[in-house]
Amino acid sequence: MKATLWGTRGSLASPGPDTVRYGGNTSCVSVMGSEGTLLVLDAGTGMRCLGLNLPPDLRRADILLTQLHMDHIQGLPFFAPLRRPGVEVHLYGPASTTLSLRTRLMRYLSPPLFPVSLRELPVELHFHELPPEIVEIGEFTIKAQLIIHPNPTVGYRIESERAALAYIPDHEPALGAFTFPRSKEWTSGFDLAEGVDLLIHDCQYTRAEYRDRVGFGHSSLEQALGFAKLAAVKQLVTYHHDPSHSDDMIDNMLAKTTGELRPDFRVTPGMEGLEIVIGS
Amino acid sequence: MSQQEIEVILSRHLAEHLAMPIFIVDPEGNMLYYNEPAEMILGIRYQDTGSMPASEWSTIFQPSEQNGTPIRPEELPLMLAMMKRHPAHRRFWIRGLDGAQRQIELTAFPLVGQADRFVGAIAIFWEISE
Repeated sequence: MKATLWGTRGSLASPGPDTVRYGGNTSCVSVMGSEGTLLVLDAGTGMRCLGLNLPPDLRRADILLTQLHMDHIQGLPFFAPLRRPGVEVHLYGPASTTLSLRTRLMRYLSPPLFPVSLRELPVELHFHELPPEIVEIGEFTIKAQLIIHPNPTVGYRIESERAALAYIPDHEPALGAFTFPRSKEWTSGFDLAEGVDLLIHDCQYTRAEYRDRVGFGHSSLEQALGFAKLAAVKQLVTYHHDPSHSDDMIDNMLAKTTGELRPDFRVTPGMEGLEIVIGS
Repeated sequence: MSQQEIEVILSRHLAEHLAMPIFIVDPEGNMLYYNEPAEMILGIRYQDTGSMPASEWSTIFQPSEQNGTPIRPEELPLMLAMMKRHPAHRRFWIRGLDGAQRQIELTAFPLVGQADRFVGAIAIFWEISE
């Protein structure tokens, strides 16, 4: 399968000269299977560019949302296939305890926050609330599981016959833990990430920043490396970069932290436009 | 062993930070965790027991009425919270594994997560010192 990062920034789109290499668009990743099945992970502002790069005759789009914070859904109405009559669009994501996924999405996709309502889109929309945990889409088996982040949030484990990828862009597994990482049994997200070929994970903060942002729902780079080690992943892609971090800052964070911790797995800086093939 | 449900992990994290005795069970009633204040009443450290099957913890502490009449496992608030999926409360006696007899008051409630997933139950209890 091939994963392409269309947006890597967390919390807020941050374009500008200081974020050119890592990118300013918010969370969006496409996953293409060997049989041609396309998955779209999150609908941040990076989704607009993804839509422009898809074939105009695309008939089906499966969009897997991890949560409904703005940085994960803002690109949805700018996704070109959603404006093409007859396209079958499947939206997956968490409901809340009282509101359906559709109702929660409508809060953004309706006036006054947005001029066009979901119901006005010409596509054939299908909503799928998560959990339940296992979904089959084309050649992919997808496990969704709730993880630690404010408001209902899921992470995904996507498996094909030859490869496994975990996508956990907003995650604070260290929340409330006196030591981290702790045992596998008591670590949020472990089942999703265990042994995957590729883990795309929240690395938003430096260690010092995390101390002032406990409970915000994100990880420091150190914590992400600890989580990846616990889960015995083969490769970690750093993701959900803080909007205040310039390219140079992220370079320095990575060099310093990987130099200190010396992970025994590959650490790949999550840059907009990055393509990674696994299981080939 | 696979990972616990996220609501259970968060409950344990909360319990670790609280000064109130707390006991957490899974949907089958198996004890998953109790915190340090609970250790003081149960008379044994969590590190020494680890998790415990329902059949074991529901009898090992010898729950009884004040007159010594044993309380059956299915009458304990935690079991009621699990079976009936609503809060339950009771005052009763237990014998800690340190041998001390203690009167406790206990409130138990079910843990129902997103999408109405029943993921276990929690007991909050305290010693009656009157």
